[in-house]
Amino acid sequence: MDRPIRVLVSKPGLDGHDRGAKVIARALRDAGMEVIYTGLRQTPQQIVAAAIQEDVDVVAMSILSGAHNHLFPKVMELLNEQGADDVLVIGGGVIPDEDIPGLKKAGIAEIFTPGTTTGTTIDFIRKNVKRVQ
Amino acid sequence: MNIENKLLLGDKRACARLISLFENEEQEAIDLVKKLYNKTGKAHIIGITGPPGGGKSTLTDKLAKELRKRGKKVGIIAVDPTSPFSGGAILGDRVRMSDLALDKGVFIRSMGTRGYLGGLSKATQGAVKILDIFGMDYIFVETVGVGQSEVDIVKTADTVVMVMVPGLGDDIQAIKAGVMEIGDVFAVNKSDLQGADKTAREIQTVLDLGHRQDRRIPVVKVTARLNEGVNELLNEILSHMDYMEECGELSDRRGENARKEIISMVETELMNIIMKKAQKNDFLNNISNDVVLRKIDPYTAKDEILSLIKNK
Amino acid sequence: MIGGIFQVFDNDMLKQIKQEKEQWQQAKVNKALSRFPERMENFTTGSGENVNRLYTPEDVESLQYNDDIGFPGQYPYTRGVQPTMYRGRLWTMRMYAGFATAEESNKRYKYLVEQGSTGLSVAMDLPTQIGYDSDHPLSEGEVGKVGVAIDSLEDMEVLFDGIPLDKVSTSMTINAPASVLLAMYIAVAEKQGVSSDKLRGTIQNDILKEYIARGTYIFPTEPSMRLITNIFEYCSKYVPKWNTISISGYHIREAGSTAAQEVGFTLADGIAYVDAAIKAGLDVDTFAPRLSFFFNAHNDLLEEVSKYRAARRLWAKIMKERFGAKNPKSMALKFHTQTGGSTLTAQQPDNNIIRVTIQTLAAVLGGTQSLHTNSRDEALALPTEDSVRIALRTQQIVAHESGVTNTIDPLAGSYVIEAKTNEIEKKAMEYINKIDDLGGAPRAIDLGYIQKEIMDSAYDYQKEIEDNSRIVVGMNKFQIEEESPKGLLKVDPQVGERQKAKLAQLKARRDNDKVKERLEALRMACQGEENVMPFIVEAVKVYATLGEICGIMREVFGEYQQSVNL
Repeated sequence: MDRPIRVLVSKPGLDGHDRGAKVIARALRDAGMEVIYTGLRQTPQQIVAAAIQEDVDVVAMSILSGAHNHLFPKVMELLNEQGADDVLVIGGGVIPDEDIPGLKKAGIAEIFTPGTTTGTTIDFIRKNVKRVQ
Repeated sequence: MNIENKLLLGDKRACARLISLFENEEQEAIDLVKKLYNKTGKAHIIGITGPPGGGKSTLTDKLAKELRKRGKKVGIIAVDPTSPFSGGAILGDRVRMSDLALDKGVFIRSMGTRGYLGGLSKATQGAVKILDIFGMDYIFVETVGVGQSEVDIVKTADTVVMVMVPGLGDDIQAIKAGVMEIGDVFAVNKSDLQGADKTAREIQTVLDLGHRQDRRIPVVKVTARLNEGVNELLNEILSHMDYMEECGELSDRRGENARKEIISMVETELMNIIMKKAQKNDFLNNISNDVVLRKIDPYTAKDEILSLIKNK
Repeated sequence: MIGGIFQVFDNDMLKQIKQEKEQWQQAKVNKALSRFPERMENFTTGSGENVNRLYTPEDVESLQYNDDIGFPGQYPYTRGVQPTMYRGRLWTMRMYAGFATAEESNKRYKYLVEQGSTGLSVAMDLPTQIGYDSDHPLSEGEVGKVGVAIDSLEDMEVLFDGIPLDKVSTSMTINAPASVLLAMYIAVAEKQGVSSDKLRGTIQNDILKEYIARGTYIFPTEPSMRLITNIFEYCSKYVPKWNTISISGYHIREAGSTAAQEVGFTLADGIAYVDAAIKAGLDVDTFAPRLSFFFNAHNDLLEEVSKYRAARRLWAKIMKERFGAKNPKSMALKFHTQTGGSTLTAQQPDNNIIRVTIQTLAAVLGGTQSLHTNSRDEALALPTEDSVRIALRTQQIVAHESGVTNTIDPLAGSYVIEAKTNEIEKKAMEYINKIDDLGGAPRAIDLGYIQKEIMDSAYDYQKEIEDNSRIVVGMNKFQIEEESPKGLLKVDPQVGERQKAKLAQLKARRDNDKVKERLEALRMACQGEENVMPFIVEAVKVYATLGEICGIMREVFGEYQQSVNL
């Protein structure tokens, strides 16, 4: 049946700038998705635990503190440990271009930098969700 | 290993996937619950309901932590409204339960109502059964909290906790007629705010007037945020369960709930069958237009639709 | 008093203007519109408020010169808080900076002072802002990233090495653990032989906006408010020149609010702090003169200038009428400004220099007391030294070449500026009334009301950008193919390890019995009712770490639980 895509929107790390995360949460809702919002200061362990329990199709993380190189790959590693490799993981925030190849290599499907429209993110999710809808 | 064994071995991923299958109305989930149904019935199901802004999630978080201290396993189902415009939803209850996420003995699941009215989602009861099979000792079901349509929780829970906040004032009279009747335990949350004593007294007065059973419905002042009164509230919840077991009300209530659940499923199924037939060749639209044009009256129209499934 | 002696426009004149405007509309405008329709159906400000085609005296018909505008340095302070404004002294050019370790930040500060910066502004890393030491598990990956890591007095000594604390004024962007960082600053000064009554500067110390918008909170509301009033009281006695709080609208605006919301929510927070201090037994005129504010500067020049003027006038009225302040200094709203980080684009980053120039003008025309200008590359990374210099030069060019500093409040009397000033004041007051109805700012935050209002505005703004009804140059119009920007600042990833090692050495070297003793004394103070500041000062002096001190307070006070209302 036609079910909504479930997305975990999360803020890993310690930065408290959640405007982007909240805007994307609303935009995904308005695009018909079910958004599980976790709030600030999530550890990679918490994010992965929530992703598993909520059985989400997508994990979307936003980070502006510069700790992405440390935290994003950690989330990937833990998801893989749990066998949850069918979850699409995307990231956003102030992330320098030169860091993107490394993050993609770690398994992050796409990185959305400042100025990306919510429409772009929504399209990306729809096209790339791994699980059969 | 198949999903059934994983579930029974305590694999959270299997549990989560099965709840999804229920939400998506997959036969696989129903078949599994059929098979394992005799493993349900052990959990104490606690409904958490009440008006929005009452701090239900924070209270659930604190009650769950208290149960964890007592060595019990806890499932939480938190329901939030689905947007009727987009079909999407923002499910934000986990924000208040962040540090439970990593607790091995806790499973939290957020659900959108997906068009279902009554404060829960269609799959909530299925999810409760999965968590019961999964071995949870206590299962909290937190309703949407949009107003007075939250009566569904009674059909699901053993104990209904009605969460109120100080300062409702005259509202209590208004609420009385609707949801006041469904609470087994009342919590006045945010009791550090002014007027908590007054609100608690007023609620107690209304309750004492309305109920003629041998059990006085307790009203507990709590401040979930500061973890004050949570223990006392939990004890009242647990003693409600003890009371029901002792006086036999538990089996009555569960019997009543089972009856309602069955009827509701039959209703849904019947409606599906009828609607499928009635919508064939635009029958329903045509007959409705005929009613408007006074070619036929609505009572006859009803009979004609029902005749589609009669005698078959 | 309509028709009173101070009414700016007399009634006969207004009547005539109205008539003539009507004629102009008929004869000229309609004709022009029939030939060339206007570019847009609705013209709106950066905050989405309507802008009329033309403003005339009609739009400010009830303006009273004395009550509404007045004179600089005088109630209601619409025209500025000092009688001579920038003819006397320019604003403080204060560049927010700090990264990696104390050593590196110290170098940057010395560079800035050499380049003509007149005040320091210290950026702390996130673990410091949230009260964790560099060796805490949650600090991993964050140490030294968005600011300097401060674990103990030792780091603070290095940070201000060679900078005479009796000469500079220092602003510290620190909130939840503000008391600890202030205590360290006092202790460093003491080692330099500077007594605390000579110290000048500001701690942000504004916890309410952390709950609303910025997110670096630690403790729940009540103990946080207590820490703040403890600081008010302590500083009024021992650090009298220190600005004890910087009530911040900056982050509220960054989170997506409108200009009127920025003013309304910030002043509502201000009211909550004044209430708390009065409730704690302080006399309003002892602490209110040390309150300061912090606003954003966005691109809509006229709206922004009006915003600052409205904020000043509204705060003056609140202090006088609501709190019965007697000291004029209690009524004068002093503020720092930072240009709007969220207005910067990652695309064609050099365009940001122009945006920052407009924003600088807004802040200066609005009468700011100090200013930080953002660097062009901040949508990409922390700014490089070159970018910071351009940003500082922007201020210097406005100060010395533009001429706008030579006369006070030069835009006053402009019909649109006065109309917008009225409008923002009115809207802000409506928000304050609504928050009062909900039971004050802390309660409104707990209910998620303020956050939701901001989010609604942020989402509207985003939708306008996405449907191209709002143009952001280089982002949704006038785009070009761009290469990845080069030469961005990179923080050495080894900073965390170095900081951890340093901390381990300190813990081995210091007198741990003494640390324990003073931490226990602090615990007792936290559990009781007395002012905790002296206990924190004593603890930092024996090199108790920030994490240890905040750890004790976490144990006693608990932690804040975020309220989300999406």
